[in-house]
Amino acid sequence: MTRSVVITGVGAVTPLGVGARTLHERWTAGVSGIEDGYGRASEFEPKEHLSVKEVRRSDRFTQLALAAAQEALEDAGWDGEKPYDPERTASVIGTGIGGIGTLEREHIVLQQEGAERISPLSIPLLMANAASGVIAMKHDLRGQSFGTVSACAAGAHAIGMAERLIRYGDADVVVTGGSEAAITQQSYAGFCSMKALSTRNDSPETASRPFDLDRDGFVMGEGAGVLVIEELEYARRRGAKILAEIAGYGMSSDAYHISSPSEDGDGPIRVMRATLADAGVAPKDVSYINAHGTSTPAGDRIESLAIKTVFGEHAKKIPVSSTKSAMGHLLGAAGGVETAVCILAVGRDIVPPTINLNKPDPDCDLDFVPNKARPVEVRWALNNSFGFGGTNASILVGKYKD
Amino acid sequence: MPTSTTDTATIQKVVFDSLETFGAEPTEIKLDATFESLDIDSLDLVELAQIVEDDYGVQLKGEDMENVKTVRQAVDLVMSKLG
Repeated sequence: MTRSVVITGVGAVTPLGVGARTLHERWTAGVSGIEDGYGRASEFEPKEHLSVKEVRRSDRFTQLALAAAQEALEDAGWDGEKPYDPERTASVIGTGIGGIGTLEREHIVLQQEGAERISPLSIPLLMANAASGVIAMKHDLRGQSFGTVSACAAGAHAIGMAERLIRYGDADVVVTGGSEAAITQQSYAGFCSMKALSTRNDSPETASRPFDLDRDGFVMGEGAGVLVIEELEYARRRGAKILAEIAGYGMSSDAYHISSPSEDGDGPIRVMRATLADAGVAPKDVSYINAHGTSTPAGDRIESLAIKTVFGEHAKKIPVSSTKSAMGHLLGAAGGVETAVCILAVGRDIVPPTINLNKPDPDCDLDFVPNKARPVEVRWALNNSFGFGGTNASILVGKYKD
Repeated sequence: MPTSTTDTATIQKVVFDSLETFGAEPTEIKLDATFESLDIDSLDLVELAQIVEDDYGVQLKGEDMENVKTVRQAVDLVMSKLG
């Protein structure tokens, strides 16, 4: 018998504030979380969410994930009491880079003070699976624990692999999502050097403008999006509130270029098709797409092409919007946060807008819900996440119907 | 820097302050408390050693720290190295 997977909790810490519902409300209101050219999770104060020891023993990317996981678990009704066997409960958190802030700080110590002064916490803080491990420790989750590493698709890969753990029978519940805290000198300089970032420095709050003709690159953001997902029958048995179901997951690789998308959109086309096939959902039944939409000239154009190829005539009838317009690119956290957004869109039947979209690009000729949220009955919502290395992952969530 | 006037009270304060920074419950930090009871592990003790080395020039080796189980033992170890 096929095991189905449902979502029972969502949590997010983003440039739009602390809390998944805050994120959805502010984005729906058309608010931008970008300040001074960065999408920082500036309302997140670690000490308000974590103990002194937890703060000291975690990089910011883990702190963000811990706070989002806490919210998701509370949302799922885990008030201290664990409704599942810990050994059947997993933790899977994706990140693009991991604890790069820690790495940079410790590298300065190495250069200036010598190897003997490196913190014994440096490795445990910076390793890319730190978030999944620390969440597992905090909540006594004794099943699988690992990070997924696939650049800006890491959060979506985490959720997809978590869904497979449940479907395959290895786990009954997983705390899963993505986290990133890479607004650091090194990574900022690295993205600048690739010319990936917007240079709209005179108007930083409008710099992230996915699908707009004047887009010129992405804006770096940070945050975390974490879900609690459960096997359907277990969730029903414990009387959990079911927010949505995970219907499909797909993966593909461009096998083309380390950082540029291929002109024919092959990878994005195949990942969306694989996801719909996995779910058994027809393209015409998809009601909303949360695009990868980073605001880079080539990426947005090719994603538009891919959507048109997969959805055919229906493509222009589907509302498509980009979270990144309001908070920048959360890199490895993006898939987690954007899947959370899709779940809330499914639950509330309202799709948030693509803000800063004032000048349509003839190559991006879809309904991007410009600047104003729209009430839409959202039966199925698709999240796209594409990453450097040519890696792609998509997740399809939908209304849970008994 | 190391001086002949560094006394036990000073070292005790450095150790107590460090443990509090590491996240030990302040009211539980006492000379006879074990590191285990304070939830202070071997990684914390490496950092404690680094702090003492930086501030007082005392060299603490890994094997010195291995046998340290209580706050008092840590203070005594540092004092013995200073002496």
